[in-house]
Amino acid sequence: MRRTVDRAAEKVLDAAAGHAPATVWDRSDAMEPRCGFGDLGICCTICLQGPCRIDPFGPPGQKGCCGADVDTIAARNFLRAVAAGAAAHSDHGRDIAGTLLHAAKGEAGGFRIADPVKLAAIAKELGVDAGGLAPEPLAEKVALACLDQFPRAPLPFMNRAPEALRKKWTKAGLRPKGIDREIVEALHRTHEGVDVDYRNILLSGMRVALADGWGGSMLATELSDVLFGSPSPIRSKANLGVLKADEVNIVVHGHEPALSDMVARAAREGELLEYARQRGARGINVCGLCCTSIELLMRQGYPVAGNFLSQELSLLTGSVELMVVDVQCVMPGLADIANCFHTELVTTSPKARMPGVTHIEFDESKARLTAHQIVRRAVDRFPQRRRDRVNIPDETMDLVAGFTVENIFSNLGGTFRSTFRPLNDAIISGRLRGVAAVIGCNNARVTHDEGHLAMTRELLARDVLVIQTGCSATACAKEGFLRPEAAIGIAGRGLREICEAVGIPPVIHMGSCVDNSRILRALCEVVREGGLGEDISDLPVAAAAPEAMSEKAVSIGCYAVASGIFTVFSPPPRVEGSRNVCEFLTSGMEEITGGRFSFERDPLKGAAEMVAHMDAKRTALGLPPAMYGAETAAAAPVEG
Amino acid sequence: MKRIYVAAARCTACRTCEIACAVEHSLSRNLSLAIAEEPRPVARVRVGNAGGRPLALQCRFCEDSPCVDACKSGAMHRDDAGAPQIDRERCVGCWMCIMVCPFGAIEADRSRKVALKCDLCAAAGTPVCVEACPTGALLYGEREEFVTALEEIR
Repeated sequence: MRRTVDRAAEKVLDAAAGHAPATVWDRSDAMEPRCGFGDLGICCTICLQGPCRIDPFGPPGQKGCCGADVDTIAARNFLRAVAAGAAAHSDHGRDIAGTLLHAAKGEAGGFRIADPVKLAAIAKELGVDAGGLAPEPLAEKVALACLDQFPRAPLPFMNRAPEALRKKWTKAGLRPKGIDREIVEALHRTHEGVDVDYRNILLSGMRVALADGWGGSMLATELSDVLFGSPSPIRSKANLGVLKADEVNIVVHGHEPALSDMVARAAREGELLEYARQRGARGINVCGLCCTSIELLMRQGYPVAGNFLSQELSLLTGSVELMVVDVQCVMPGLADIANCFHTELVTTSPKARMPGVTHIEFDESKARLTAHQIVRRAVDRFPQRRRDRVNIPDETMDLVAGFTVENIFSNLGGTFRSTFRPLNDAIISGRLRGVAAVIGCNNARVTHDEGHLAMTRELLARDVLVIQTGCSATACAKEGFLRPEAAIGIAGRGLREICEAVGIPPVIHMGSCVDNSRILRALCEVVREGGLGEDISDLPVAAAAPEAMSEKAVSIGCYAVASGIFTVFSPPPRVEGSRNVCEFLTSGMEEITGGRFSFERDPLKGAAEMVAHMDAKRTALGLPPAMYGAETAAAAPVEG
Repeated sequence: MKRIYVAAARCTACRTCEIACAVEHSLSRNLSLAIAEEPRPVARVRVGNAGGRPLALQCRFCEDSPCVDACKSGAMHRDDAGAPQIDRERCVGCWMCIMVCPFGAIEADRSRKVALKCDLCAAAGTPVCVEACPTGALLYGEREEFVTALEEIR
């Protein structure tokens, strides 16, 4: 299998072949063959009587020692993955809420309220009485109201959902009882000898996921906007070529925006720039990986070095002085690679430490000091950089990012305020067939970026506007799909007309993986704008994670399905061993929320399913078929 | 002749060999699809319990093969190299070979009514169970190679 379709990644891998430490791909090869029981989700390690495995080729009716059958085992494993994913997103949200609280009290050195307008809007939604309060005291109340969603209901952001969806949730018992509470309950439920009914277990998964999407993730997004500023469309660059040969390179990596925001600010300060010049560097270059990078990109336009599978490669360029990481998607393998170069790896979260790696704990009250200390350490490493080992590929690509629900159409149609009318009209007329959210991770078992690019290219050719977040957005950014001019080459005629009229790229970057909550909100706005049905499940929209890797992706997939969205998810989230569990996720859910999974592995077939879904929804709404349907299809024949 | 040898001390009973074997002998040769095939693919290697220790075992290709002697239809026969093989067309599903196999290495495919056993993956390179074993408990080669390997393992 080809390792990557990213030219820059390929160059670094080729140059490193044979004499460099192992990368994720080498380790992935060493893992073959994967354990079939684990892969199918039918190995149960929950109690100490096990591990119990159901032979997938054995007779029906097999049970683990407690009597759990294949459905119970697969469903319990799945629920635990959803709970872990929801926990990661939500704990991130909790930390942001905590930072906001400290900032409001003046205890978070250097952080202040960047967007008081959004703060006021959120306060109103949360039912917090603004009563002429200044931003700081109001922020304190808002932070507390958000933190209050962790132990108990209600989750006020769920009121954003269309009434029809809210009714479905209530009817099916899918209303979360609190973010933390659902996660704890999921762990209780999957404990030995508790919930055995696979349907009940899977519904619990949907409820946990809803607490993530409409709770933890959503408040992480909203409060990040308040604290670090709401994004607006912004130009930047992506790929390993953003590393600089003559500057101190600091790579921020992980998921949280707080420390990286401070590091970026410190790297701009005259004192530190002068310090860098004294050490022989022309400047200090801050770029990033994964979602920490995207938080900086969205709000300040900092360049993105790569996505999940590029993290080790960034160090293999030999040009990184310091990589500072917080939480999630930070490969333990980084430490081995950093040790082979002059690179210093720095962990900052008390939740995420590595043996033998420098740990500088991020303390909000000393945020500015900590950031200074980190930048200074990076500069100190610069003289140790070995020029003969530096190998920075020259690939970079222009991009436009920074879209949000508030700003996405504010520059549309020449009206004064943001409205989704132009989007709805484009869908109704058939210029746009629909909207697809292509999101998610990279996965070493899938050719790096190939799934994202193949699927996105196919959707664009069929007049589908593509919305992205996270590593998927970075994949398409590197390929140039996030440039407005990209529409000319790859978009179908209808989509191209829209992009050219409005001046937007055919692929809209909406942020990090917690910012998938922005996509939920955008869909609510589309429903509210009118003319496209009463519920999210009525819309000609679909979602996909073609290179899913993390438990967070599993949770995102579930909240998409539980919000009524058809979701193509690949590789399958370890449920294939149970036919009943698969059946429930890929069709049973549709009767409950209107959403369902597909576990199609081929990105082109996945895209075809999404297009077929949109066409079916168009027919159900009584809309005409896509305006340039036949023409577009002829222009872009399905490859392979 | 080359055979599959088992370094019993290395077997952890993970049953990866069983899965690999069943997939190799399926129509699709793809795990996700193979588990849904009817009739179900059957593994020719089984992890059994050998005096309290796990042991992956498949046909030992005995020189004195009781299965060949016991077969009344002539399905179980020796090939040109003298190794016991099954001619599935001639098997009538009497299971006598299963009765007499001292290793319990022959499987009954009840849906097709034929006896099944290891075919060394039709000798197309290294058998998949050997390839799949994550601990290197299964080895494929001549007897002398195994003896040398076993000494290294100890």
